[in-house]
Amino acid sequence: MRDMLPLLVALPLGVGFLMPLLEKLREPEWLIDLLATLAALALLGMSVSLVGTANMDYWMGAWKGASGIFGIQLVCDGLTRLMLVTVHIVALAAVLFSTQYMRRYTSKGFYFCLFFLMLAGMNGVVLTGDMFNLFVFIEVASIASYSLVAFGCESEELEASFKYLILGSLASTFVLFGVGILYNLTGTLNMAQIRAQIPALADPKAPNLALYVAAGFLVMGLGLKAAMVPFHAWLPDAHPAAPAPISAMLSGVLIKALGVYALARVFFSVLGPSTEYAAVLMTLGALSMLGGVLLAVGQWDFKRLLAYHSISQMGYVVLALGVGAAVLAKGGPKPVAGLAIFGGLFHLFNHAAFKSLLFLCSGATEYATGTRQLKELGGLAHRMPLTSGCCRVASLSIAGVPPFNGFWSKLIIIVATAQAGYPWLAALAALVAFLTLVSFVKVQRYVIAGELPAPLQGVTEVPAAMQLAMALLAVVCLAAGVLAPFLMAPHIGFLDQAASALMPGLEAAKAVAVGGIAP
Amino acid sequence: MIPYFLAIVLLAVGVYAIACKRNLIKVIIGSMICEYAVNLFLILMGYRWTATGAPIRTPAMDKAAGSADVVQRAQHFANISVDALPQALILTSIVIGLGMTALLAAMAIRLHEKYGTFDVAEMRKLQG
Amino acid sequence: MRGMTLIVRTVTSLVSAFILLYGIYIVLYGHLSPGGGFAGGVILACCVILLVLAFGKKFVDGLISERAPYLWDCLGALLFLAIALAGYYGGQFFYNFLVAPESHAAPVTAANVAGNYRLFSSGIILPCNIAIGIKVAACLFGVFAVLAVFRPMKTQEGETR
Repeated sequence: MRDMLPLLVALPLGVGFLMPLLEKLREPEWLIDLLATLAALALLGMSVSLVGTANMDYWMGAWKGASGIFGIQLVCDGLTRLMLVTVHIVALAAVLFSTQYMRRYTSKGFYFCLFFLMLAGMNGVVLTGDMFNLFVFIEVASIASYSLVAFGCESEELEASFKYLILGSLASTFVLFGVGILYNLTGTLNMAQIRAQIPALADPKAPNLALYVAAGFLVMGLGLKAAMVPFHAWLPDAHPAAPAPISAMLSGVLIKALGVYALARVFFSVLGPSTEYAAVLMTLGALSMLGGVLLAVGQWDFKRLLAYHSISQMGYVVLALGVGAAVLAKGGPKPVAGLAIFGGLFHLFNHAAFKSLLFLCSGATEYATGTRQLKELGGLAHRMPLTSGCCRVASLSIAGVPPFNGFWSKLIIIVATAQAGYPWLAALAALVAFLTLVSFVKVQRYVIAGELPAPLQGVTEVPAAMQLAMALLAVVCLAAGVLAPFLMAPHIGFLDQAASALMPGLEAAKAVAVGGIAP
Repeated sequence: MIPYFLAIVLLAVGVYAIACKRNLIKVIIGSMICEYAVNLFLILMGYRWTATGAPIRTPAMDKAAGSADVVQRAQHFANISVDALPQALILTSIVIGLGMTALLAAMAIRLHEKYGTFDVAEMRKLQG
Repeated sequence: MRGMTLIVRTVTSLVSAFILLYGIYIVLYGHLSPGGGFAGGVILACCVILLVLAFGKKFVDGLISERAPYLWDCLGALLFLAIALAGYYGGQFFYNFLVAPESHAAPVTAANVAGNYRLFSSGIILPCNIAIGIKVAACLFGVFAVLAVFRPMKTQEGETR
């Protein structure tokens, strides 16, 4: 089981480098599709088989290098397992979708090469236990995503990718600055060893200012990867311009694995929660929530609207993590902190499911009708039944309507924020949920309901592979929503293992989540 | 402390070039300057400010490894040499920077094919 | 693209073999002196790029097919991955199984001092350097070739790792 950890990075790398070979040797298209689908299924199988196992670590090459300073360590704890399953469910859906969708673009072999390199990078980010290795895998995934955004080579896509590239490379530079300062302060790159030296450096009586400079650089860099509001300028251009399965991957997992997961790792597992970091996280989260949804309400381009909503929902997750960090730093009641972190991570999983589904639906709509503008769409419910059904499921999930999964995670976040002593932030979160509902009622009315306009009379349903991908994600949304009370039960252990990786002492929080809301 | 500050100044120059220049190639050069700044910063992290003397490795340090004064001489040699780990970090960072610059240059060529100019103001979405 | 003047062409034809040899030396001795796969691969790629710049596009028309850079790129990367996976034979991913196990803990002892600083003293690092050298050389030449020589291509593989 431990020997499988490097395979989660090696398998996508191998498949990724095999694809251009197949493409250039003129192998048939079905072979490339089959290899991609089998690889995605194998990765999903490996991630699911890791759920519920004990925490593992793995030294590459069995070499610790001067007692752990140089060696590269892979760590698999609860948060890693959650991220792995999330990434691979969305990746499987995106691969299924792109077997048909990418026929309209130029080269499917190169597309899958870049896709699997991005997947290898994301797997490396969630598996690594070493700060510089984190930076390297962030770069691998980011460079692959820059190329994928520009895949269609039209002017809109090239411009969006150029802007994304420049801002992304600046962010990576800041991350490397932060890692360099941390190395100078502690003399090691291993996350666990840095954590051991932080209490001496962050001693309140003689605080080391360089540590805060490092934290500042890391927040700026990783905040841009997570599309937090002062650093979000690249997202509304990059996500709509990318091909639809790539938009689903970018919005669904890349900003989570590279941004939110890395922020959580750095600020909980490496630097340790403190009141300043928690204040920064909460501010970023609140600004993103509000800014994202206010900018989204006025949008008439389907994918651009979804991109702005991604910013807003990531704000929810970062706000919840910030609230948990604040409660932990002040020494407040552990169940409240555990509830907040649990809500944030559950929302991360849910958002991956429903946002990817929304982007795939918008891709299916664009494939069938050729347009992304809401004002030109309408009345697709009869012609495209599966797409409209999945779009309805995803819209209800993101708006937070009861039997679907978005309701549970938003409720937990709002309640935990209120209980932690931030009632205004909880009210803000509820207001943002209402605005999200308004925005998606508009989407439903313009895309699904209403009359079919004259230019769209000939639309038909999209091919089977695309329908299968959307149905898969819709089932995940429904299942996570209906089974949510059972998922929170202690013996299932999927989500609370993730939360307990971020904070110790989660047993009381589990009891709170299952038995009622009062601590 | 001055060299660290100068690395930050170099970063600021790179950010100025990215933010304020109108020619696409100058924006690319700005991002390259930012990469140089961070590589310089990492190299400075490895420098031993308190060391004196040149690190010269003698064959006597190899033979009879295990005897006390040879071990002490080898330890002294290790103490006055620069830290080797940041150099490995910088090699990786340079490779990553090369990849990004190649991608930026390829995109600039394709954008030139679409618009006939490298001027950022002509391209619709690249404002800001 | 056209070539360059007579002086450039003459000097290139005299020097390019030495550049190639130098690049191969840097790849092979990467575990002992500065260099290694990436730096040696860059030098190898630059040698071929120099030949194309000096002699013009007709130099590569017959020698290098349009898909050769992609094939060598992928082969280099897959060879590196195969070496890493072969480490499972010694017990762990990327394990250095070509070197005696006791030398992992204490690299330099009085007993093996004579075997140090030789070409084959590093186990799997040498094959890894060669694989990375092939990959980087093919990749960088491929980037140059697609942008400057095989111009009408519409797709772009921007990944150079």
